[in-house]
Amino acid sequence: MTTIAEKPTSGGTADRVRELREAKDDSVSRAEGWRRRGPLLPALIFMIVVTQIPFLFTLYYSTQSWNLVRPGSRSFVGLQNYVDVFQDSQFREVAVNTVILIVGTVLISVVLGLLLALLLDRAFLGRGIVRTLLITPFLVTPVAGALLWKTTMFDPVFGIVNFVLSPFGVGQVDWVSKFPLASVMVSLVWQWTPFMMLLILAGLQSMPRDILEAARVDGAKPFAMFRELTLPHLRRFIELGAVLGAIYLINTFDAIYMMTQGGPGTASANLPFYIYQRAFLGFDIGQAAAMGVIVVIATIVVATLALRLIFKSFTGNEEAA
Amino acid sequence: MSTDTAAAPVESAPAAPETKRARKHRKFSPWSVVAWIVALGFFFPVAWMVLTAFKQEGDAYTTPPKLFFTPTLDQFKAVLDSGIGTALLNSAFATAVSTIVVLVLGVPAAFALSLRPVRKTKDALFFFISTKMLPIVAAIIPLYVIVNDIGLLDNIWALIILYTAMNLPIAVWMMRSFFLEVPGEILEAASMDGASLWTSVREVILPLVSPGIAATALICVIFSWNEFFFAVNLTAVQAQTIPVFLVGFITGEGLYWARLSAAATLAALPVILAGWVAQNKLVRGLSFGAIK
Repeated sequence: MTTIAEKPTSGGTADRVRELREAKDDSVSRAEGWRRRGPLLPALIFMIVVTQIPFLFTLYYSTQSWNLVRPGSRSFVGLQNYVDVFQDSQFREVAVNTVILIVGTVLISVVLGLLLALLLDRAFLGRGIVRTLLITPFLVTPVAGALLWKTTMFDPVFGIVNFVLSPFGVGQVDWVSKFPLASVMVSLVWQWTPFMMLLILAGLQSMPRDILEAARVDGAKPFAMFRELTLPHLRRFIELGAVLGAIYLINTFDAIYMMTQGGPGTASANLPFYIYQRAFLGFDIGQAAAMGVIVVIATIVVATLALRLIFKSFTGNEEAA
Repeated sequence: MSTDTAAAPVESAPAAPETKRARKHRKFSPWSVVAWIVALGFFFPVAWMVLTAFKQEGDAYTTPPKLFFTPTLDQFKAVLDSGIGTALLNSAFATAVSTIVVLVLGVPAAFALSLRPVRKTKDALFFFISTKMLPIVAAIIPLYVIVNDIGLLDNIWALIILYTAMNLPIAVWMMRSFFLEVPGEILEAASMDGASLWTSVREVILPLVSPGIAATALICVIFSWNEFFFAVNLTAVQAQTIPVFLVGFITGEGLYWARLSAAATLAALPVILAGWVAQNKLVRGLSFGAIK
């Protein structure tokens, strides 16, 4: 916000509005302050109660040795759960899986989304229908999407994927059990590419056409134009897509639950699924809580950096629009 | 963000103006064929799901896969008999109530954070969005314990509260961006004409932001309808939602592809239709209003 206020003002109504909005409320009376804050409070209190209290409990549980299978075993163990988690080699594997899943899915879907957006950025017959068809995977209930891929697409005998690939000499591959993590990623990429496409398409269509036209008149080659004009303009849209995609993908659960159950072993488990297994199948509340805390801390670190990126590209950089 | 405005490229004076024929010719470039093929490829699994839903089980398992068959409604009938109605009703109820609560809480909050600045606006905004960044798993264990203790396990109201918390931050960010677009001078004029705050909200602001409210509601509906993690952990029989119902197909009596497809089609269709109708609003909603 401050970056906007510091900008030189050129007068006009837009600035009056801005001043009105940016005005510090130091001068307003206490009563007026509460009147302004009032509408915010119900939402704020609701969010604090529903999201912060459970997390405090998680912190508390993470200091307990507490397994539901052994009643009466509950006791305070300090940081022992954390020590155990860090010594758990499965936890490390699962953490690596999580990173691969997020980074891989985001990268592939951003690149595909960019290519598709470029294809759709031109007028052609039935463009509206093409866009409608393309966004559909994003709307399909994720559980239904995962089931669809596991059964009709990836089935070793009757699956469409093997049928399509059979002319290329691919035999009856059992994709889900042979390449569990990759299979999950395919279904996630299928689901997330449309989202990236929509976002980047919005970016492409907010590009000032006259600049492109001028560059073309000056004899710029299409690829040079893409690199020098389009890509810099799209950067913030791509960043936003990547950050939002990562925020959602860190919680990926449905696809793994439906397609692989994290297996074989922990080959395709990510952190949410592993914690779920520990808590609801292994009943090890203390350990699961400690893992939850570790994931939250790691996410906060990454998210703070990511959010700074969003704020920078969307408020500090308006003139680049 | 409207995709239609940019559909026709602006022709600037120095460039030779394209004839109608030339432009029409460009519409048939090979790249549009590529776009069509890719789009059909992405859509194919959904189309196949719907197609399979109209098959008999025998037609569902064939090599090569059957494209032509005698369509039947048997699978839909079987699915409806197996209790999908309850799950659909639960999903609809949880989605509707939580969306209403989100709007009731979120719209005033976004209003307070936009038109009438409060101290620490940025902190409040950051707090809302930070709750979206935290992995849900970290809270599921205490949530389970709390929900169990207050007797709301397998009760739809537990999901309603959680779905509200899940969507409220998105709604606040989205609605704020819509409020920020309301021209300030309209408000000034209204207050100069002696309109009270409440009158100007009702008569001036709400009509202007109502498309934004509709878009926000749509996003909340999509996320609530598709939510799985809370639903699978906190509900069982009574309050099971549609994604949890689908799980029954893999853990129960084995796999019946055609019936499964019919259930998946029923589960996915409402959101697909809603999304198709309002696709222009989707980008903005999903980017939390960061993009206009």
